[in-house]
Amino acid sequence: MSLVQWDWVARHGGEIGAQLGQHVLLTGLALGFGLLIAFPLALAAVRWPRFYGPSLGLTGILFTVPSLALFILLIPFTGLSIATSLIGLTIYTLLILFRNIVEGLRGVPADVSEAAKALGYSRGRRLVQVELPIALPVIMAGVRIAAVTTIGMVTVTALIGQGGLGQLFITGFTLHFTTPLLVGFVLSIALAVSVDLLLAGLLWWLTPWQRGRAT
Amino acid sequence: MSRYVLVLVAMMLGLLSLPAQAIGLEADGLGVAGQLVDWFVAPAQWHGPTSLPTRIVEHLYYMTSAMAIALLIALPVGIGLGHWGRGGLLAINVANMGRAVPSFGLVILMFLLVGFGFVPVLVALVALAIPPMVTNSYVGMQAVDPAVRTAAIALGLSRWQRLFQVELPIAMPLVMAGIRTSAVQVLSTATLAAYVGLGGLGRYLIDGLAQQQLAQVVGGALVVAVLAVLLEALLAGLQHLLVSPGLRREG
Repeated sequence: MSLVQWDWVARHGGEIGAQLGQHVLLTGLALGFGLLIAFPLALAAVRWPRFYGPSLGLTGILFTVPSLALFILLIPFTGLSIATSLIGLTIYTLLILFRNIVEGLRGVPADVSEAAKALGYSRGRRLVQVELPIALPVIMAGVRIAAVTTIGMVTVTALIGQGGLGQLFITGFTLHFTTPLLVGFVLSIALAVSVDLLLAGLLWWLTPWQRGRAT
Repeated sequence: MSRYVLVLVAMMLGLLSLPAQAIGLEADGLGVAGQLVDWFVAPAQWHGPTSLPTRIVEHLYYMTSAMAIALLIALPVGIGLGHWGRGGLLAINVANMGRAVPSFGLVILMFLLVGFGFVPVLVALVALAIPPMVTNSYVGMQAVDPAVRTAAIALGLSRWQRLFQVELPIAMPLVMAGIRTSAVQVLSTATLAAYVGLGGLGRYLIDGLAQQQLAQVVGGALVVAVLAVLLEALLAGLQHLLVSPGLRREG
């Protein structure tokens, strides 16, 4: 028996596409919400350093809780819905994003911020035009890790009825049939790798002054 | 550490304060809290082959075997490459690719290829554990100040002495960071062993989901969560012991 029966793949192209679409949607939404929440938290943590330790502790403990356990612990609140997987996935992106945004902003050389201040930049302009661009490589490193991790984790939410490509794993397991499993497996890896490369390209495009430097 | 415990307690209290009706369970006079307490004190949880202690031991057995194998592979590779400063980019990229492999899919794939047993799960868990340890130990060894390396050579230390007495101690915080990440991930993912018919704490999650028994599912998830936090605390303590006092970073 061959590992992949291509005629099955051809017959189920629509279903595979739909699961891939849901996978991308779940990943994108989780990353989007993660950034939306992590960003103000990180700004607060940079401005009030006393806030940093406890926030890192809180997100750290949430990160330690196993993903399947967290999804399940959310079921009493949100049921077997997309909200459950989305909240769980978002929580996982939070720690990575929060830590990298804070570290990125903290890594901005003090003399650069001082120079911007001396030039009369307001706090907001300083942040957007000076500090964020300098912090971008570290922030993007966090986004890449979060994206790749989330793409893998989305498959686990198949166990609570969501899961995009994870549904193909379950189909493969239930039918003892390697074709859907391998299709989901390869697509999931390909998705993670291409998103990672895409984000690396985005960083390259956004930071022209960094090109030619060793990373 | 006390922070961690506080947050856990708060999470549990929040969960337990929910009335059963609010979550669509037929009300039998008990809230989630009551059902959970009932589940935890039931004799089945304390005696016999499906009891909590047995499941915890099974779970820890999966984790420690996978971690032992992964440590033996990942640490020499990461530390060696970092020490010699060669092939590092390749190792990091391969390790990063490893992060993209969905462990849930790998567990099922190995199960379909190898069949029922511990081996498929072990392979998946080892594959999951290796990348963070390779990356972190490589980066830690690379980050050793060249001046320190040169000073050690000037002092007449042999290659092995330099590796074990100078470079490795300096890299230890990052090496341990990798071990902590891997261990917690493996502990979490070992719950998936139950999906392919093995034991461990995942049994409560998988069976509870299949049987629609919320108390079992939530009880099992709580135990896994507590175990993960305890493991993280234990490893943080170990790191504190292993890292030289002069190198401990604040925070």
